[in-house]
Amino acid sequence: MKIRIAGIAVAALLSFSAHAANELKIGFLSTLSGPAGGIGIEIRDGFNLAVKLAGGKLGGLPTEVIFADDALNPDTGKQLAERLLRRDRVNLMTGVVFSNVMLAVWPTIEEAKVFYVAPNATPTSITGKGCSPYFFSTSWPNEAHHEAAGAFAQSKGFKNAYLIAPNYPAGKDALTGFKRTYKGNIVNEFYSKLNQLDYSAELAQIRAAKPNALYAFLPGGMGINFIKQFVAAGLSNEIQLIVPGFVSDQDIVRAVGEPMLGLFDTSHWAYDLDNDANSKFVAEFEKEYKRLPSLFAEQGYTAALIIDQAVRDVKGKVEDPKAFRAALMKAPERAKTPRGPWKEASNGTPIQDYYVRALVKDREGRIVNRKIGTILKDHRDFWLKDCAMK
Amino acid sequence: MSAILFLEQSLNGVQFGLMLFLLAAGLTLVFGIMDMINLAHGSLYMIGAYFMASFVQATGSFWLGLPLALGATALVGAALEMSLLRRLYGRDHLANEAVRIAWGSQPIMLNPPAALTGPVTLPGGLQYASYRLLIIGVGAAVALALYVLVTRTRVGMLVRAGASNREMAVAMGVDIRRLFTVVFALGAALCALAGAMLGPILAVQVGMGENILILAFVVIVIGGIGSIRGAFVGSLLVGIVDTSGRAFLPLAFGAFLPPQFASAAGPAIASVLIYVLMAGVLYFRPQGLFPARG
Repeated sequence: MKIRIAGIAVAALLSFSAHAANELKIGFLSTLSGPAGGIGIEIRDGFNLAVKLAGGKLGGLPTEVIFADDALNPDTGKQLAERLLRRDRVNLMTGVVFSNVMLAVWPTIEEAKVFYVAPNATPTSITGKGCSPYFFSTSWPNEAHHEAAGAFAQSKGFKNAYLIAPNYPAGKDALTGFKRTYKGNIVNEFYSKLNQLDYSAELAQIRAAKPNALYAFLPGGMGINFIKQFVAAGLSNEIQLIVPGFVSDQDIVRAVGEPMLGLFDTSHWAYDLDNDANSKFVAEFEKEYKRLPSLFAEQGYTAALIIDQAVRDVKGKVEDPKAFRAALMKAPERAKTPRGPWKEASNGTPIQDYYVRALVKDREGRIVNRKIGTILKDHRDFWLKDCAMK
Repeated sequence: MSAILFLEQSLNGVQFGLMLFLLAAGLTLVFGIMDMINLAHGSLYMIGAYFMASFVQATGSFWLGLPLALGATALVGAALEMSLLRRLYGRDHLANEAVRIAWGSQPIMLNPPAALTGPVTLPGGLQYASYRLLIIGVGAAVALALYVLVTRTRVGMLVRAGASNREMAVAMGVDIRRLFTVVFALGAALCALAGAMLGPILAVQVGMGENILILAFVVIVIGGIGSIRGAFVGSLLVGIVDTSGRAFLPLAFGAFLPPQFASAAGPAIASVLIYVLMAGVLYFRPQGLFPARG
């Protein structure tokens, strides 16, 4: 669904003055096709919902969202970012799902001095030493869910933990995050092949190692394969499986079903968080798309709410970087997001709570991620210490 | 390492091999006889899994869904061959889009039948996923059925003739166009069987065929293009080598390397092992282990 709300006459006028403040053009660069396209579509649907509920006007300005699909290819992403910035002359960028695409497009966006609001990928190299006033994340720093999972395993008193992640940079970051907060004994830290299909060999080793807990960071299809096979092997009766929330939310639940029950995951959001903004989001999302939102949908929705708030606070003057940055920094405390208010750290990452959720059936028999407690309060990005911006 | 673990890993290797065989058999059949790299094979595998998921949901039964999915995919395969394939190549992206439009972009659900969701205890106290035992059984049955079909029946004779020398077969009066359609439909049905059997332990999602198709190609290159026997031996080789690599290399490395290095190097080397195997086989036998064309 494309949103082209601005009238043709307005658009024609604007083509002569790109940065006029009577229209907001947002470049939404995301992974919308291919095996991993489902995540981008969740984010897009959440974003679109917020724009729709705002009557097509974010911050009071007629809003045009231009979508571009990077298909999980960093080179394609870079070209599309250039097109959005140079030809379409967007005022703001958002949408990127994967860190490798983010790292490829980031220099182009930063050089153009256009603000980027991150609804997902928030890689450590952009939040640490390489932090920038133009980067503003409304999701979570890359390692935070893993730190929350480690803290949870620690709090449960699991003596031995087995860790598994795919053999690529994000996999290593994930296990580093987990180990930062988990102090128990690590039986093994296993890096499996990226996009592996069959995990029987790994599962046999895990069974033989007899850990109390298993932390698995296997995003997308890998996670679906792994969880199905983990349960089929009967390991769920012996070992507690813990995963980061973004590999066990509604998009995965719909694909795996019953075997998901009994898992624990960590998240910055839950569908049953008790606040009005969240109830409204969940109800409106279900009404619009006939399914429960995942945390990715929440991230897209929240990114749009933050943009809405910041643009409103500067009265549409997005072209003044100092003022807009200041407005963005205050927006998370002012906007009514499903997560509730949070403070933004100086490197453009949220300081927020992380929850533990259990996969259970609700009253209607649907499998949901129910919040069971808060594991980290006002948690900051570990790499904030390396960012020179104060 | 205990004997039980060794046994379990060997079983895993055979099981993974037979998983690959389900896909490689159809690929080698079509490849051998039609002289065509059927990149749509992965798409048919995906479509088979999607049909299976939909039919299982509609009928409420795994066993009713299976023949329906096989039949439907075979029909799609035959229709593809007769309409598009003769003119058009490389429509893999098209298949992904079609599946996305029909079923949506999110992965969909397909689980084992209720009786086979958990593990069973084998003699010796080994716990093994019951559904994986079914895969072993089906893989072995398909191998046997194809063997009988190819070596003992008239259709099989035509297939062999077409694979070893197409011009000669045509000259001898074989209706090669009809044979192509039949073989392609059979290949599609095998794809559907692979998709339907593997769907319950793998993700059923857009693009699911691309990843596994590479392994199937490795299998038939090792086995010899066009040869069912080659596909069978190649599948088992790849399955066992890949699984033992993942199972034993990290342990072996751990014996003489520091643990953090062993845990990184073991899987890294295991992941290229099958390509080393393929290169090795091709060096000594460029036509594969059991070449169909002599």
